[in-house]
Amino acid sequence: MATLTTHPDCVPLISYRFGKGATSIDRYIELEGYESARKALAMGPDAIINEVKASNLRGRGGAGFPTGLKWSFVPKQSAKPKYVLVNGDESEPGTCKDRLIFEHDPHSVIEGVIIAGLAIQAKMGFIYLRGEYRYLLKIMERAVEEAYAKGFLGKNIFGSGIDFDIVTQTGAGAYEVGEESALMESLEGKRGVPRIRPPFPAVVGLYGGPTIINNAETIATVPHILRIGAAEYAKIGTERNGGTRLFCLSGHLNRPGVYELPMGYNLKKMIYEVGGGIPGGRKLKAVVPGGSSTPVLLPEEIDIGMDFDQVGKAGSMLGSGGVVVLDETVCMVEFALRTMKFYQHESCGWCIPCREGTDWLKKSLTRLHAGGAVDKDIDNIRYLAENMLGRTFCPLGDAAAMPTIGFVKKFRKEFEDHLEGRGCPYHHAREERVALV
Amino acid sequence: MQTNTIFSPELAARFDRLVTLYPVKRSALVPMLLYAQDEVGYLTDAVVAEVAERIGISELDVRNVVSYYSLLRTKPAGKYHVQVCTNICCMLRGGNEILEHCKETLGIPNKGVTPDGMFSLEEVECIGACSWAPAAQVNYDFHENLTAESIDKVLADYRAKAGK
Amino acid sequence: MADVTFTVDGKKLTAPAGTLLIEACRAHGIEIPAFCYYPGLSLQAACRMCVVRLEKVPKLQTACTTPVAEGMVVTTESPEIAQARKATIELLLGNHPLDCPVCDAGGECELQDMTFKYGAAESKFVEIKQHREEQQWSPVVYFDRPRCILCYRCVRVCGEGMDVWALGIQNRGSGAVIAPNKQDHLECEECGMCIDICPVGALTSGTYRYKTRPWEMSHVGTVCTHCGDGCKTTLGVRRSNDGMEIVRGDNRDKSGINGDFLCIKGRYGFDFANHADRLTQPLIRQADGKFKPVAWEEAIEYAGKRLREIRDAKGGSAIGVIGSNRTTNEESYLLQKFARTVLHTNNVDHHRTADYPAFAAAMKGREEASLRDFGTAKAVLLLGGDPTEQHPGLAWQIRTGVRLHGTRLYAANHELIKMRRQATSFLQIGEGDYAALIAYLAGDNSALDGNGKASAFRDAIRQEESLLVVFGSEFRGGEMDAIVRFASSLPHAKFTCLGDYVNSRGAADMGLYPDYLPGYVPVTASGSFAEEYGGTLPQKPGLDLVQMFDGAARGEIQAMYIVGSNPVSRYGIDPASLRDTFIVAQDLFLTETAQLASVVFPAADLYEKSGTVTSTFGDLQLVRKAADKAGTRTDFELIVRLAAAMGAEVKKLVPFGPGGVRADFGQARGAQSGEADRHGVWLAAHHLEPKLSPFDPYAIFDEIQRLIPAYDISRLDLMAGNDQHVRSGLVQIRNAGERRDLVLPSNDTLFTSGTLGRYSTMLHSVLEAREPAETAAD
Ligand SMILES: Cc1cc2nc3c(=O)[nH]c(=O)nc-3n(C[C@H](O)[C@H](O)[C@H](O)COP(=O)(O)O)c2cc1C
Ligand code: SF4
Ligand code: FES
Repeated sequence: MATLTTHPDCVPLISYRFGKGATSIDRYIELEGYESARKALAMGPDAIINEVKASNLRGRGGAGFPTGLKWSFVPKQSAKPKYVLVNGDESEPGTCKDRLIFEHDPHSVIEGVIIAGLAIQAKMGFIYLRGEYRYLLKIMERAVEEAYAKGFLGKNIFGSGIDFDIVTQTGAGAYEVGEESALMESLEGKRGVPRIRPPFPAVVGLYGGPTIINNAETIATVPHILRIGAAEYAKIGTERNGGTRLFCLSGHLNRPGVYELPMGYNLKKMIYEVGGGIPGGRKLKAVVPGGSSTPVLLPEEIDIGMDFDQVGKAGSMLGSGGVVVLDETVCMVEFALRTMKFYQHESCGWCIPCREGTDWLKKSLTRLHAGGAVDKDIDNIRYLAENMLGRTFCPLGDAAAMPTIGFVKKFRKEFEDHLEGRGCPYHHAREERVALV
Repeated sequence: MQTNTIFSPELAARFDRLVTLYPVKRSALVPMLLYAQDEVGYLTDAVVAEVAERIGISELDVRNVVSYYSLLRTKPAGKYHVQVCTNICCMLRGGNEILEHCKETLGIPNKGVTPDGMFSLEEVECIGACSWAPAAQVNYDFHENLTAESIDKVLADYRAKAGK
Repeated sequence: MADVTFTVDGKKLTAPAGTLLIEACRAHGIEIPAFCYYPGLSLQAACRMCVVRLEKVPKLQTACTTPVAEGMVVTTESPEIAQARKATIELLLGNHPLDCPVCDAGGECELQDMTFKYGAAESKFVEIKQHREEQQWSPVVYFDRPRCILCYRCVRVCGEGMDVWALGIQNRGSGAVIAPNKQDHLECEECGMCIDICPVGALTSGTYRYKTRPWEMSHVGTVCTHCGDGCKTTLGVRRSNDGMEIVRGDNRDKSGINGDFLCIKGRYGFDFANHADRLTQPLIRQADGKFKPVAWEEAIEYAGKRLREIRDAKGGSAIGVIGSNRTTNEESYLLQKFARTVLHTNNVDHHRTADYPAFAAAMKGREEASLRDFGTAKAVLLLGGDPTEQHPGLAWQIRTGVRLHGTRLYAANHELIKMRRQATSFLQIGEGDYAALIAYLAGDNSALDGNGKASAFRDAIRQEESLLVVFGSEFRGGEMDAIVRFASSLPHAKFTCLGDYVNSRGAADMGLYPDYLPGYVPVTASGSFAEEYGGTLPQKPGLDLVQMFDGAARGEIQAMYIVGSNPVSRYGIDPASLRDTFIVAQDLFLTETAQLASVVFPAADLYEKSGTVTSTFGDLQLVRKAADKAGTRTDFELIVRLAAAMGAEVKKLVPFGPGGVRADFGQARGAQSGEADRHGVWLAAHHLEPKLSPFDPYAIFDEIQRLIPAYDISRLDLMAGNDQHVRSGLVQIRNAGERRDLVLPSNDTLFTSGTLGRYSTMLHSVLEAREPAETAAD
């Protein structure tokens, strides 16, 4: 249903089997499927981890943590069983990429899990999809069955003498469950409330056992790294940012869509060439570069390479690869409000600053957008956000605070235009734009 | 194996297997609740009670979990549950207008159910269709790049489907 | 663990590695604020109030989850930290009703204190607060949602602490809320721990809510009058128009053997004191058989005169005395002394709830376990008994040990008692198999059909280095001996014999027996007592409780003095059989027994008097006068005055007045008694020097310490309010195995408490509220 969009600059690596019927295992095998898993078996744990380290692969879930390094934290010896956990909760607004992988190349995820399992000597893996992705669960369940039938899963996989099982399941609607420790709680049948860290999952994770948790795209990338070799893979990207990633272009673009581009690809080009620029020749107003949690960038700030370090330098984050483009017709207060409405709705409620902070920010922004605010409310909004930042139990609080601070800082004037009963000056503009869409 | 169940034999069988898949029974809770809801329509006291018994936890424990997840409901929804995303990407491309349009055509407010029980409507957070916005989900089916016309057609098709 | 050294606010501190920073700081007097952190409960890190700055760590860290480490440098107060805490409070207050003026917690509220300290005076929010109606979850528990700050203490203390798990968290985000297990109400043990632990006024109790302001109460630490565990309770009392009334019971200061634990009886079961049926006037039965309220003097003179006549005519053996499980040691002691020296009879007994003489005999100087020991025990062997229902304090301590100190609990019972959930190993046996079980444990393989479980159970126990052995009333005479002998084969074993009421143990220790003087000294060898009491004591063992009533039916017992006891209902005595017996009863209520009396004295309850009580564990504690009820007298005073009315020399009964008395001068009698004046009048009337009141229990405690070696404990510590463990090792007693078994367990539950419980409105409403649920269950 959902499909990849392409552009001459795209590098089909993760997407190299998309649209080629690879959902069927036989076709997948024809397309070099499960060869990386066989390689991995031959390589052994340390070699696998070193290969992944060498590839400069960084987590695609948002934080961009070096994957090989994360795997190397798992203790070799462990009394409790170890687990591999695939985070397919994909719920960050602006992000719709993992979905494509599950839909078009489910076996690459399975193969990735097997390789990760071999790397840390786990016997079991879990693939957790967000509840809304029920149709993908069917696809994954079928793929897993096929893999069992072929002897790639279950007892003595690939005749190696090693056993490995995979369980797939969905959540039931909760953004916070994408947070790694909350996801483990959810997988253990509990409320999606994160855990106190340390200990970190690599040491004490699922069912108390050492666990690596990776984003679906991260995991699906691993077989490709072994396929083409870490060196090759690293070459594609930029320094410390290996390979490609699926960028989700959305918002006011002529050609929104999910594109596979090299890490470090220029954001401006991404918008004007890959994404086809802004409809109706309207002006660019702002870009949210990595999903709703990442601070907004102004048009003059977008001439940067899209990798974790460069976007970081620009004062935002690469995040989950969701590039949201806003044209001049957008009311930034309304946008900030809608963003906050999301976090208020998704806060798990465990800790005070996030539970109450998102609620009060939503209320204040609502009033501001409706024209019911006075000047000190703008400072107050910033005050609330700044006092959430770094004070919450898990990063959701930060994810709500950072963009808000960005909006107030970079669009204060626009906030002020709403004051003292003036209300939103953007209504008609919005109507025009909608008419255009 | 659980005798005298309120679920269909198929679902009961599925549950019997589900609890064996994980290192701990309780891991089956969230999926179980979702499947039970799909079959029964919503999570009735009876469902909560049986699920609690199957997992071997208290009903309170089950309720604590049920009330956490936004897809789980303890009140009936329509045969077709229309979930319109109005989160940022959809908003930018007319998600709110799609929602308004649905309210009008279905004649129900957000979270409402049509008198015939055919449709229910809900404004939801990002459903993972940002690049194909605006988008909506009817039950588990995605409908993307929506316009007023296309959503009308979508609804009409479901109505027809229900017809036969 | 090894100590580490670290720096907090410039001070060098040391603590065992791994100690939580917040605890380490508190131990050194540095208070770090916290809502969700609570010692002994699982960590939450949810309230974010305990944030501190760790050197070289970018973000503020929560002290409640940070273990101290060598060289760690910590700042606990700084503008940055104060701001963080202030912001958190502002957020909490945003939706808080701020109805402090009417809130139960007003003045005792941690949120108020924090607001005061970090100042979040002006509100940043103009949106209207969400009001939610207060909900009643049970007769005990009320929930006022807008006041809740979601610290989850209640959820944890109910689950982890009580093993009840009746509270949960529902919804998410700003909709998150504490929820009861039955959707709109609670079904639980009604212990009220959730209310006590609530840092604000979100959870309030049916007894206390909207009743008073904290500062209107004075607080008196005393001992719960109900079960044999002897939990310390701090009573909040305030003036009422007939004395001092109790409005609250808790143990927030965690002083005492029960830490902060109290069960429903300890926390709310004090309301019997204000029951409408409470006796407040002496009664004399008239010719027409009806009771007539009379003046104290008249009642006492009359009772004294008749008893004297009967004693002089028929001798002491025609009089029977029955003591109480709820009076103080001093009162029980005085009662038996009165019986033996004034009435000249050994016909003394009480409702026995455990075979303490047999226990003492079995112990042969071995060590007895204090309730304290269970909180940190390595291993516990629980034979019979159902602590959850009958000894909630013990159950709490065992759970605490299991939870925080890895105590291994071995339990054997004929019922599937709830404590099995804490048990490392639980063995279900037949109801009649307790003797066999002991034999089996002691090594007789034929005793129990050695099913694998039993042998595993035995083997595990044999591995234990140190073991606390607790046995219920299922065990009598010889069986106790067997247990003690068996367990003594282990390196370190301590023992507990479970009896039912607050001072059942005291009644036994103080010699309310026909055959034992205080300290289990046989009446046949009354040496030291005869000396102290002057003159000879009756040598022949008297009649036990059952024999007395048989005697009464036969007309041999012509008078009975029944103090704080209801044998008529307990032992199903036929009222007709007592028609011709002259009965003097003193009690709180017109019980089945009192109804048959000729004279009834309204007595004070344990909360209305001073003295000491001994728990079933042998923990000796101070009882302090907290409340006062006009129209009642302490049992102590009544015994003395009855003796005086019989013409006895009071000075001999109570060593008061000048002459080397070591008693303290009654200061400990409690502030608001007003007793002093009453005494003044009485003393003057009897030409006695008002130096030390003859009603001062400590005068007699003095004598108790002199005569009962086991009670020779540090008086200083006792008076300071510290529980002392009686030195049961010093008890000398010959095997009491072959005595007649008169033990009659009360079989009380969490919600009953003998006759007393019948007059507690709170206990009643809980039982009623549970009716439907209970019947629905089966
Ligand atoms: C509130 C919150 C939501 C998150 N949601 C997701 C998600 O939907 N998918 C995901 O892969 N990671 C998500 N993450 C990041 C995960 O916690 C975790 O870092 C990631 O799955 C690790 O995988 P990676 O190293 O491959 O990126 C989320 C984090 C937070 C704090
Ligand atoms: S920051 Fe606190 S309330 Fe928010 S999601 Fe994380 S734990 Fe929950
Ligand atoms: S914002 Fe609507 S699907 Fe992502």
